[in-house]
Amino acid sequence: MSLTMHPTDPRLLRLHPADNVLTVIRALEAGERISVEGQEVVVAARLPLGHKLAARAIAAGEKIFKYGAPIGSATQAIAPGDHVHMHNLRSDYLPTFLRGESETVSR
Amino acid sequence: MMTGYLRSDGRKGIRNLVVVAYLVECAHHVAREMVFPFREKGVHLLGFPGCYPNAYAHRMLRQLCTHPNVGATLLISLGCEGFHRGRLLEEIRATGRPAELLAIQEEGGTRRTIAEGQNWIAAARAQIAATPRTALGVDELIVGTVCGGSDATSGITANPAVGRAFDLLVQNGARAIFEETGELIGCEQIMAARAARPELAPALVACVDKAARYYTTMGHGSFAPGNAEGGLTTQEEKSMGAYSKSGNSPITGLLTPGDVPPRPGLYLLDVVPDGEVRWGFPNISDVQEIGELIACGSHLTLFTTGRGSVVGSAISPVIKICANPETYRRLSEDMDVNAGRILEGAATLDEVGREIYDRILRVAAGEKTASEALGHQEFSLVYKSFEPLGPACLP
Repeated sequence: MSLTMHPTDPRLLRLHPADNVLTVIRALEAGERISVEGQEVVVAARLPLGHKLAARAIAAGEKIFKYGAPIGSATQAIAPGDHVHMHNLRSDYLPTFLRGESETVSR
Repeated sequence: MMTGYLRSDGRKGIRNLVVVAYLVECAHHVAREMVFPFREKGVHLLGFPGCYPNAYAHRMLRQLCTHPNVGATLLISLGCEGFHRGRLLEEIRATGRPAELLAIQEEGGTRRTIAEGQNWIAAARAQIAATPRTALGVDELIVGTVCGGSDATSGITANPAVGRAFDLLVQNGARAIFEETGELIGCEQIMAARAARPELAPALVACVDKAARYYTTMGHGSFAPGNAEGGLTTQEEKSMGAYSKSGNSPITGLLTPGDVPPRPGLYLLDVVPDGEVRWGFPNISDVQEIGELIACGSHLTLFTTGRGSVVGSAISPVIKICANPETYRRLSEDMDVNAGRILEGAATLDEVGREIYDRILRVAAGEKTASEALGHQEFSLVYKSFEPLGPACLP
């Protein structure tokens, strides 16, 4: 499971060995070419602190692991280095509601 | 080598304090004035503001006044409140500690009570100074954790680093307690899978379900728009950020406030009242949660913060672990550990976890935390009610 031999941009943090996403700890700028566990990828859009990107290819329906725990399922295939957020990750628990407008953002 | 203050019940404290406890808000001023000259001399003030008796509040004060960090207790009563003061006094004296009760109406008012109380405190300080000290092992420590003033950094630096420190504590035989069941919504199945015994799993799920019902009734949601802007996508992801303070050890048991964990391991503290929603918010502030961890015997508390809480606590030291490097620079006098270094590539989670663990040992050996050095001794206690624990909850 260890992926530590592959170079990864130091602005990405792996929280648990079993995770398939990494967390941005310093912002990545759009257009930057970065290394994600051995793969070269181009950052599509600016990713600030706290956002996630895929550590490897993730199939539609596959569980997303962060902290070594499932935090939801992929709603579509996700390529290595892709941003993982509302558009491709869905809660397996409760619908995620944005408080205030009560807008359902992720079913 | 760590040493502890040996109490007559065999428990060991890492501090040797006199506690002054007011038993109704009407006695608060007298108790505070009494303590004032001793406020930097190991005399701490706590109390319960309510007049009507409450089993939870009684149990909290009993557990706090007989905490191993406490050597002697003075109770301050107005005289007509409903608190069962005589019973509390007997319970404290039964542990062998010096204890006294002063009722303001009987002492003859504010000045006389303050003077009488200060005489008692001075004598008690001299008496407990002779408390024997004996070797204290990590396996005798109880450590709690809480988060407050969280931001987007909390769940990626300070909380998982505390989780690593919790793993080290449990590996070394300590008792570690995490709580905030209202922030574990979405994690209950993940948590149930970590139950040390199969019969404990449904109890862990049930206490998070209870928290979800309670907070829903209070109209208090968990996932806010700012969370999504900060990169969080799902409820379970947000909860995992708080839950990561618990580390990866099996969960040994479930406690309610005042239950002392009976053997080594990791415990979940249920802080949400049982029964119908009756008393308002389960915890009105972080300070109340710290008090509940201490009532479970916590010798010290690990407090993670991103935005920068400054609190400490009466009775037990609070070690503050700052998640955000900018907050750390702004509030460094209030912080003990800079977990924000992880964001700057200057430290790993494992390194900060080890630093927290080492700090625990130093604070247990007597080193003052930032909040102790600044004189913080916050305390808060309000009404609640709990059912007794079920048979599956404790090992």
